[in-house]
Amino acid sequence: MSEKPEHFIVDGKRLDGRSVDELRPIKIELSPLDRADGSCYLEWGRNKIMAAVYGPRELHPRHRQNMTKAVVQYRYNMAAFSVDDRIRPGHSRRSIEISKVGRDAFEYVVFTKFFPKTAVDIFIEVLQADAGTRTAGINAASLALADAGIPMRGLVSACAVGKVDGEIVLDLMKEEDNFGEADVPIAMTAGGKITHLQMDGNLTKEEFYEALKLAKIGCDKVYKLQRQALIEKYNGEYAENGEDAMPQARIGDADE
Amino acid sequence: MSDDVMAEIHRDYLFNLILKGERDDGRAFDEFRDITIETGVAGMAEGSALVTLGDTQILVGIKIQPGEPFPDTPDVGVIITNTELIPMASPDYEAGPPRETAIEIARVVDRGIRESKAIDLEKLCMVKGEKVWIIFIDIHVLNNGGNIIDAASIGSIAALLSTTLPAERYGLGEDSPLPVRDIPVAVTAIEFGGELLLDPSLEEGKLAGTVYTVITNSDGSISGMQKSGAEPLTIDQVMRVVEMAGTAAAKIREKFLEV
Repeated sequence: MSEKPEHFIVDGKRLDGRSVDELRPIKIELSPLDRADGSCYLEWGRNKIMAAVYGPRELHPRHRQNMTKAVVQYRYNMAAFSVDDRIRPGHSRRSIEISKVGRDAFEYVVFTKFFPKTAVDIFIEVLQADAGTRTAGINAASLALADAGIPMRGLVSACAVGKVDGEIVLDLMKEEDNFGEADVPIAMTAGGKITHLQMDGNLTKEEFYEALKLAKIGCDKVYKLQRQALIEKYNGEYAENGEDAMPQARIGDADE
Repeated sequence: MSDDVMAEIHRDYLFNLILKGERDDGRAFDEFRDITIETGVAGMAEGSALVTLGDTQILVGIKIQPGEPFPDTPDVGVIITNTELIPMASPDYEAGPPRETAIEIARVVDRGIRESKAIDLEKLCMVKGEKVWIIFIDIHVLNNGGNIIDAASIGSIAALLSTTLPAERYGLGEDSPLPVRDIPVAVTAIEFGGELLLDPSLEEGKLAGTVYTVITNSDGSISGMQKSGAEPLTIDQVMRVVEMAGTAAAKIREKFLEV
């Protein structure tokens, strides 16, 4: 592990030159995978994430089916080569927990009642990790669900906030995550409903409140990028097929 | 499954009670069930606590042994937390390796103890990079009466406060108390019928779409949180739970954990 930097913020700039409320650059590519019903490749700083969605499809074994709604399944997995020291392939306690809260983040937005007895499978592969993979995974999953045409209340957008050098900052990079004072990954809908929230580190109540407000700003920024990516892909395709272009306001907007 | 059906039948009843400002067992919304803590119950363990929280019974045992530190943290001791949801504790539990729920409980309790820096891990280093004390926190759920996380958190810190470092057994000097310097307490809330309820009973927990845990330290700062479940929360609800959790944790700490 690298050494702890002496200062994380110098003259209002962070180690990579960002200001405290600035996200790392995000790049989105929709439908990179052919076999999946929906997919998304997402780069967030140095994170590289692939998300794929299959379904709604029949759920096996059958005793796991729910007669009233679809079962959302979420698998977060890190590639063995995604971090400095190779990690053993397969489930770890960490990935099991992240998979669980990842599923929790989407059960509210997916209209599961439309598809009883089925499964909606979301797969996240972290190809390259640099802090914030669970939030990056949620953002990619959200787009992959939309790409698969799964009916949803709206998109889920996620980002982390944290504390370094006594200041609340948006979107922790690796050094800030490793040596910072707190890490709060949050996901919410465009309407501000929180579907994912964890926290570790140490914050006062006031700092946490500040962190929540900053997270809302960050999630709004992510949401705009997600929405833009969908409009760019699907407006064009609809138009080419001779269908009416999708009204922009409808894409990813409905939260209630 | 039969439990789930019962819960469904109970939903309207509990919902209507909440509209009247009441809970099934007569508690206020921010009131915990009765808590008892008995330490030193497992004689072979270096520290232990039997906690009851309403009907929930949890036994936490601490074992400590010397071992190697993790390569990326060569100069501090190690904490390993594990939760066993044994089949004795509920008809819903099955034997086998820990599943999702058990892992999540262990990781949330671990987060509170680790991030609050309650254990002075630097004092548990004997030879840098070679020999440190390894602390195993094993959470044994005996009876699931709801809200396992809070009971496990209270049990863990109570057990740690009663723990002795077994240096003599390993020929490493004299036994001494484990250096514990903070008392993190987890407080879990559910949202139901538009109200926020602390310390959900088994039935309340089953009805709630989401449980939300906040871990608070002695100075009121927060060292861990976990939202678990499908229903969303608003920013306002989150902040209200943080307030309620801080107050409730302070009461529990003062009454049961401070000596």
